[in-house]
Amino acid sequence: MTFAVLQFPASNCDQDAIHALRDVLGQSARYVWHKETSLGDVDAVIVPGGFSYGDYLRCGAIARFSPVMQAVLQFAASGGLVLGICNGFQVLCEAGLLPGALIRNRSLQFRCEHVYLKTLAADSPFTNQIPPDKLLKIPIAHGEGCYFADEETLDKLKANNRILWQYCNAQGEVTDAANPNGSLWNIAGICNERRNVAGLMPHPERACEQLLGSADGCLIFQSLIHPLQGRTVSKAA
Amino acid sequence: MKAKIIITPKKAVVDPQGKAVQNALGQMGNNGINAVHVGKYLEIELNDADRETARRQLDEACRKFLSNPVIEDFRLEIE
Repeated sequence: MTFAVLQFPASNCDQDAIHALRDVLGQSARYVWHKETSLGDVDAVIVPGGFSYGDYLRCGAIARFSPVMQAVLQFAASGGLVLGICNGFQVLCEAGLLPGALIRNRSLQFRCEHVYLKTLAADSPFTNQIPPDKLLKIPIAHGEGCYFADEETLDKLKANNRILWQYCNAQGEVTDAANPNGSLWNIAGICNERRNVAGLMPHPERACEQLLGSADGCLIFQSLIHPLQGRTVSKAA
Repeated sequence: MKAKIIITPKKAVVDPQGKAVQNALGQMGNNGINAVHVGKYLEIELNDADRETARRQLDEACRKFLSNPVIEDFRLEIE
């Protein structure tokens, strides 16, 4: 599988994503600079975390105008898998690939800690390898991760099982105390209607080795790899 | 010609920044404040003499880029 990891000015989780994909998961992964107009021959795109364009105006607002985003829009429109992590989630929302917006944390504090995630929908290319009832222990590191959407959008997300992950406590209970940023409905990650584009605030690429405190992030990347492998087999057949 | 754009958080959106400023103002002795909304102010210098064209273009820019309609309202003034 070949992954494209986008690089905007001030992306800073791009190397972590490449390391997790190449060195831990044994996949092919390459950087794609934001000025590129083509993604090349890739199977999936990772929009990594960071502070693209210094978070000027709004987080993700300016990255959306980078030339490479036109290629990402086309890739997504043709059914390609796109995962936005942290700032990448913000970029995908600003680009209109995912609904809603990410605003300042309720606490006004930058939160940098491990959280627990409950997976609500296993029928997506981002969650299919996560065992039922498995809680993911994954770090967050953001100041603007409070998910907001209007009521109609939120109803649609719920009705179509598009809320992929919720913040919960170590017992799997979705409580207000376990919500690190004030996100509506404890939302940590969602996907689009077609289920080929997803975004989440936590950093799975920082949780792919026990040495780092958790390897649960691998389950998200393995979920991505699983359908891609299937696709390759069917292509070959 | 100059355009002034004021962007404020929508009423339905929780504004912890506004709340924090309100609390601090209360601590300074400013009572009687119902709410504070912290937004953004942009001043854009224009060389286009056509006021209506400038307004139309900036209105579109406000909707598509300068504000995020999911969470923000904007006001555009040209003078």
